Amino acid sequence: MFEPKIICFLCKWCTYAGADLAGTSRMKYAPNGVNIRFLCSSRVDPQHVLWAFKSGADGVFLGGCHPGDCHYQEGNYKTLRRVALMKKMLRQMGIEDGRLRLEWISAAEGKKFAQTMDEFTEQIRALGPLQLEL
Amino acid sequence: MKRIGVFVCHCGHNIAGVVDVKRLAAELAKHPGVAFATDYIYMCSEPGQALVREKIKELNLDGVVVAACSPTLHELTFRTAGRMAGLNPYQVEIANIREQCSWVHTDGAQATAKALKIARSTIEKVRYNQSLEPVMVPITQRALVIGGGIAGIQAALDIADAGYEVVLVEREPSIGGHMIQLSETFPTLDCSQCILTPKMVAVAQHPNIRLLTYSEVEDISGYIGNFKVKIRRKAAYVDWDVCTGCGVCVEKCPKKVPSEFERFLGMRKAIYTPFPQAVPNKPVIDRVNCTYFLKGTCKACEKFCEVKAIRWEQEDQYLEESVGAVVVATGYDTYPIANLGEYVGGKIMDVIDGLAFERLLSASGPTAGQIRRPSDGTVPKEVVFVQCAGSRDPELHKAYCSKICCMYTTKHAMLYKHAVPDGQPYVFYIDMRTNGKGYEEFYQRAIDEDGVIFLRGKVAKIFQDGDKVMVWGADTLTGRKVEIAADMVVLATAIVPSAGTEELVKRIKIGCSDGGFLLEAHPKLRPVESMTAGFFLAGCAQAPKDIPEAVAQASGAASKVIGVFSQEAMAHEPTIAFVDEDLCSGCHMCIPVCPYEAREFDKEKGIAIVKEALCEGCGACVAACPSGATQQRNLTDAQIEEMITVSLME
Repeated sequence: MFEPKIICFLCKWCTYAGADLAGTSRMKYAPNGVNIRFLCSSRVDPQHVLWAFKSGADGVFLGGCHPGDCHYQEGNYKTLRRVALMKKMLRQMGIEDGRLRLEWISAAEGKKFAQTMDEFTEQIRALGPLQLEL
Repeated sequence: MKRIGVFVCHCGHNIAGVVDVKRLAAELAKHPGVAFATDYIYMCSEPGQALVREKIKELNLDGVVVAACSPTLHELTFRTAGRMAGLNPYQVEIANIREQCSWVHTDGAQATAKALKIARSTIEKVRYNQSLEPVMVPITQRALVIGGGIAGIQAALDIADAGYEVVLVEREPSIGGHMIQLSETFPTLDCSQCILTPKMVAVAQHPNIRLLTYSEVEDISGYIGNFKVKIRRKAAYVDWDVCTGCGVCVEKCPKKVPSEFERFLGMRKAIYTPFPQAVPNKPVIDRVNCTYFLKGTCKACEKFCEVKAIRWEQEDQYLEESVGAVVVATGYDTYPIANLGEYVGGKIMDVIDGLAFERLLSASGPTAGQIRRPSDGTVPKEVVFVQCAGSRDPELHKAYCSKICCMYTTKHAMLYKHAVPDGQPYVFYIDMRTNGKGYEEFYQRAIDEDGVIFLRGKVAKIFQDGDKVMVWGADTLTGRKVEIAADMVVLATAIVPSAGTEELVKRIKIGCSDGGFLLEAHPKLRPVESMTAGFFLAGCAQAPKDIPEAVAQASGAASKVIGVFSQEAMAHEPTIAFVDEDLCSGCHMCIPVCPYEAREFDKEKGIAIVKEALCEGCGACVAACPSGATQQRNLTDAQIEEMITVSLME
């Protein structure tokens, strides 16, 4: 079976803490994602996403704080806008925009993190391996 | 090449039960830059930490990766261990292979493969980490307090008593706020003026307090420890340095206008002090109503002023003050009666609000403490008090509970009964909320000793009928309709943030919550701090509260300020943005992206710089920078790319 490779950029304050909570709650989910901790989801540059796809990722996940909860006032709104543009850019490059996903997951939502990881892994599995002609 | 030590923790069975820790250490030892890799049963134990310290010294390691639990738990532990062994703490990083690996995966092979990726990614980060020192920000040990009500007074006195200078800014001509308007205070019925005026005088006489009344904060720039405050001193048309406060000008002024302080139930002059015990006791000329300013003749005040203190040509003055912390205590207003259409919106003279009733009760008020209704000056024999006028009404008005009205209405009914023993007070309420020390007892006393009739229900309609004010409501406990032909009605109008709070919040960039009240950093654990470092909250500006709570919060805010001032400089995380000056084209993209105004254009160099003390390290500007000139310390784009690359390696 195809095992997708996924890179997850998580904000330190909400989604990374939500992922920790999934752990302390001993929830089980697909092991396909590797997490990279940022201070804020707004640190994610489109070039990181492209670099991940270029380096062999089949999917990229961004996790940030719920609207209004950003530790840095409104970094997550910047991410929201950037992701909309990134999806458009990916389509233009012939990459399915479903390979990039943004979710708001709070520090209290361990269950949501685990479910999202399972869902996203299946989503990418359905899309199949990313075939890039570099 | 860096010499990195990798320490893999078993965490008993927590990690080692799923992840093959021996294999992990063996594989990581082969990773470029890794000089040493080992595993240990409990890395965070003292022997585990000692192992880390020894290996740093023995092998001259210049980077450490601890593959263990979440960095939330032991990042500080191992950074401290690193520092003890002479390593810069920012060369130590944690690979989270417990919460985000061994605890969430069951297949040993898959979990080991993932742990390897996580650890490699962390090693890549450390490979390019720089040694960093915390950014030290010097602190101006001087505070600004905005608002001279009880909260602002308390905060100013506490900070000043601790030995620090305070600038207290109040927009009215006198400090005292709403508390000085009150007659007596629940639940002990202390006279408000008796307990507040000594504090007001203490403020005026305190050597550490600079009192600026009739002044407004125009702008605050800077950051915690280093704020610049622009203050506008409004023209009083009186030279307060010369004025002795004798009051002859007020006496001689021929122009009378309704007094704001007396809630328009009494009159003041065009040159006035709001009330006799004003601090400072210096008058101001109300330009809008002054006959000289209106018609060009009069000058009665000037003629009788013996010290020649009147200054017709005076203009607003702008001052700049440097402070290190700010307490925002801008207080409340009451929801305007005019907004309450269901209670005829202020069109009936004998329907007044709670603050106006306070003035009727006050011995120094317009009726010298005698209860006389505004329309004809007679003593009202039946008075209806209506609670939740504008509160707890999400459809039409404010959804929240104004918190203090149950108690002050009970007090009003009680004091009315004391003043008019043959009168009958009625109180319409939705719920009685008497949760405070001695509050429930006070409420029971109003029922048992003063015969106040409490009716559970909302008033549906109020209208004028001859010289009576008809009140139609329901008593929901008996299920009966209630009609009272009252002589006077007192509405417990909702508490709202004071006028101008919204603009102030925008100017000084601190958050607001629902209803326009100032937002605390955490509703439970950080109730006196704002979301912006260096700004603290006190009193009703944050939420409706009674005097003891306002005082407690003010003292809390003051102690936070004193805590800031107890250090000469503050340490600030150094993992912030920096600029490669050769790459920056000065395109300005980063400047509007920054939520902290930490990015600024340097005209001389033609580039955008980072104000280190302001930068919180979110990285939004780094992502926005089109040339890659802006980077984040120890999380550069180059580092992230290496981290991604190794995370995808099999």
